[in-house]
Amino acid sequence: MAIWLAGRRGANYFNKTLISTTFIRSLQTSPTVTASDDCIGICRKPYSMFPCGNSSPPAYFRSRRFESSKAQQRLDFSSSDEDEEQIQGMEFPGGKIGFTSEMSFIPESSQKRVQCYRVLDDNGYQLSSTSSLQHVNKEVAMKMYSGMVTLETMDTVLYEAQRQGRITFYLTSFGEEAINLASAAALTSDDLIMPQYREPGVLWWRGFTLQEFVNQCFGNKNDYGKGRQMPIHYGSNKLNYFTVSSPLATQLPQAVGAAYSLKTEKKDACVVAFFGDGSSSEGDFHASLNFAAVMEAPVVFICRNNGWAISTPTTEQFRSDGIVVKGHAYGIRSIRVDGNDALAVYNAVRVARKMAVTEQRPILIEAMTYRVSHHSTSDDSTKYRPVDEIDYWKTSRNPVSIFRKWVERKGWWSDEQESELRADIRKQVINAIQVAEKTEKPALGNMFSDVYEQVPLNLKEQERLIRDTVKRHPQDYPTDVPL
Amino acid sequence: MPPISFLLLIRFRIPNAIHCQQVGAAGKKTSVEAKTSCCNWQFHPQILETMASIFQGVGAATALSSSTSFDTKKFQFSSRRSLPERKTSFVVVRSGASKMDNGSNRTGGRADHLVTNAVATKYDNPAASTASKPGHELLLFEALREGLEEEMERDARVCVMGEDVGHYGGSYKVTKGLADKYGDLRVLDTPIAENSFTGMGIGAAMTGLRPIIEGMNMGFLLLAFNQISNNCGMLHYTSGGQFKIPVVIRGPGGVGRQLGAEHSQRLESYFQSIPGIQMVACSTPYNAKGLMKAAIRSDNPVILFEHVLLYNLKERIPDEEYVLSLEEAEMVRPGEHVTILTYSRMRYHVMQAAKTLVNKGYDPEVIDIRSLKPFDLYTIGNSIKKTHRVLIVEECMRTGGIGASLTAAITENFHDYLDAPIVCLSSQDVPTPYAGTLEEWTVVQPPQIVAAVEQLCR
Repeated sequence: MAIWLAGRRGANYFNKTLISTTFIRSLQTSPTVTASDDCIGICRKPYSMFPCGNSSPPAYFRSRRFESSKAQQRLDFSSSDEDEEQIQGMEFPGGKIGFTSEMSFIPESSQKRVQCYRVLDDNGYQLSSTSSLQHVNKEVAMKMYSGMVTLETMDTVLYEAQRQGRITFYLTSFGEEAINLASAAALTSDDLIMPQYREPGVLWWRGFTLQEFVNQCFGNKNDYGKGRQMPIHYGSNKLNYFTVSSPLATQLPQAVGAAYSLKTEKKDACVVAFFGDGSSSEGDFHASLNFAAVMEAPVVFICRNNGWAISTPTTEQFRSDGIVVKGHAYGIRSIRVDGNDALAVYNAVRVARKMAVTEQRPILIEAMTYRVSHHSTSDDSTKYRPVDEIDYWKTSRNPVSIFRKWVERKGWWSDEQESELRADIRKQVINAIQVAEKTEKPALGNMFSDVYEQVPLNLKEQERLIRDTVKRHPQDYPTDVPL
Repeated sequence: MPPISFLLLIRFRIPNAIHCQQVGAAGKKTSVEAKTSCCNWQFHPQILETMASIFQGVGAATALSSSTSFDTKKFQFSSRRSLPERKTSFVVVRSGASKMDNGSNRTGGRADHLVTNAVATKYDNPAASTASKPGHELLLFEALREGLEEEMERDARVCVMGEDVGHYGGSYKVTKGLADKYGDLRVLDTPIAENSFTGMGIGAAMTGLRPIIEGMNMGFLLLAFNQISNNCGMLHYTSGGQFKIPVVIRGPGGVGRQLGAEHSQRLESYFQSIPGIQMVACSTPYNAKGLMKAAIRSDNPVILFEHVLLYNLKERIPDEEYVLSLEEAEMVRPGEHVTILTYSRMRYHVMQAAKTLVNKGYDPEVIDIRSLKPFDLYTIGNSIKKTHRVLIVEECMRTGGIGASLTAAITENFHDYLDAPIVCLSSQDVPTPYAGTLEEWTVVQPPQIVAAVEQLCR
């Protein structure tokens, strides 16, 4: 059986590593995604992003259909040049399968790993072969870049604030700024975001202000979450960014549900769900990809493979070639991109979104990157990884620096603007902290509201009990929490 | 001695029939005919003994009612250790099947005397329009479907998702025909991953739909606990009210007929602590339809507990549209002497025991609490203030069940009105055995209820 993976342009196929070369052909009316001669992998139409090599053998994929759903008529190409044997099929539930008398096991991994799509090299130079690059215009590029700087600065200041005891917890996104901003830039404001927790940049792009970020961290009365969640658990229904929930991967099936909702409304929007390499081990991840594929839900799954899940490196998290190969197992079109390359991420997400919405299918993007940050303020990653490894990624593979070099060379940015921007943002964040600190906390009644739509009797009773206690011991009640 | 009684048990053992004929009990023309798919309840002497350990608040010497009325002194329920002793006397008592009837209405123990037929009394469902001809008769699962269909018709955002709910029509046929009518996107068959399709329902709800998530069996929803607890119950709160989650999570639970331990779970015990959700349990076609509609219309996440054995109950329900309140309890039978609080299938055991009690001169007040979270302490409290005695009959296990919470709530709020300690009859803290006889003994049976009331009202 030949397995064809969507790779980038150029000719890297996996058939070399396989022992047998029997092809599977689907002869049913069930829709088949095939490739025409000049396209590799599972593109239905050749996309300009993936110009293909020549005479690539076609890939045949069967997709399962329930009887009652509309059968989509697709053309069934057959390029019989490559067929070496006469295919005799065996009917099984799910379709015809070719058989072979040569026993072969699909290898557990291919000799060559799935390649990574990138546009810029480590020094911000455009790679020569990126001729069909969708150019980012100056406005978008500069907003992306200033977003990356803002995120970096905000993270630095708020991390320090946590260390000073001004907030209780914080989680930084150092090293992942490109994923944050470039993906946000490639989407529309109608697309729904289901974040994990290392994507505040996406929220910033949509208009969340520094003051709003800081308010949530301080849990004051201006926090949209009304002070109920830990810091960095942002949420804004106005900006289509679902509130961060701590348990991992719970947002993935919810993303499928949200996409299902969009599908019933036939909206020109998709859902973008973020998760990390560690979350890909959760059961929810597997079920969500499976569901999304079966339901043909317009979800773009973006995995931030940053190499670490607190102290667990990816070598101990899974044994597959990252997460991108898992998409194939579920029947999902997937791509691996260089997560530190803002332009690559931008392009990939843009195309993925288009495919998800127009073709109503899920897409998986694995963005390779490195978690420069400690997992959170509760973690000291030097305890389980070498400091020079962190430094290497911080200096030589820094997404902000890479993109900065590119915009500088374009003539859109300069050193003075850089230092000005950084100083300005830093000042704004510090100011926001000062304002947030002085703002009072949400009133006591907020402890009981929103548990249900209306406050029920038992909770009203419990609130009354608390207020009685406060009345009896006023000196023990915090001064910044209004009653 | 024990071996002999076992032999007798085997002789008296009436094999469980999967499909029973509905045998109308003579002279009992009632509004509710209980027709269950498998209704062979047997009364074994050993039931009484094994149930002894779950009696609490009962004094040292308890007399078991009716069947053993001539042996009242011999039945000591203070400890299991006296069991072998009693078995001997049981053997004597039980040597003839005819003795079991003892002239009372208690119907357990005879193959042709199906317990569930005798469930209905004229006090059942006073709220239902039972007396009049208008209305239409249907089975409980059809009532659920009717409620569901009416809501799907009324609001295009209502959708159903679960395993086999689409073309198969649901494993208990609650969603039968809906996929044909509304399409298979609105009645969605999902792959088998409970946590994930529950999560999916939550995501859809946050985006504006109103999904009904069906668990094929409530026990499977243990897999969905993460989504139900951490997200369903919490996201409205933690998002500061920005996202609401108007889901209905429903499915059959409770002890069925030899479904095995994993399929006989009472999830209401486990879910009752989760903040942010509401729980209701339906027990009749009338309240099933009303609660289904109310749950769908509610903006809070609601878990609707159905019972595997109640799906084929038949009742005449009104033609006109009605929606019940999610937080209200149902007065099944008003009375003066004792308040019996129950829900779901145990309601029928209680009503059966109530007939026996009435014949013995007691006047029990039976309340189907319906709302498991929050409790309708208003109705319950008014009842306690009248009767001063409480018996809770539940199917949950002794530890941490609904009965345990209800006992605590009543003690806290109505302690001064009680003339006797609250008695709570529950199942034992064991996984439900597969063997039919053993399974029956894990469920509270009418004779125990009668005995408990007698003890309480001494």
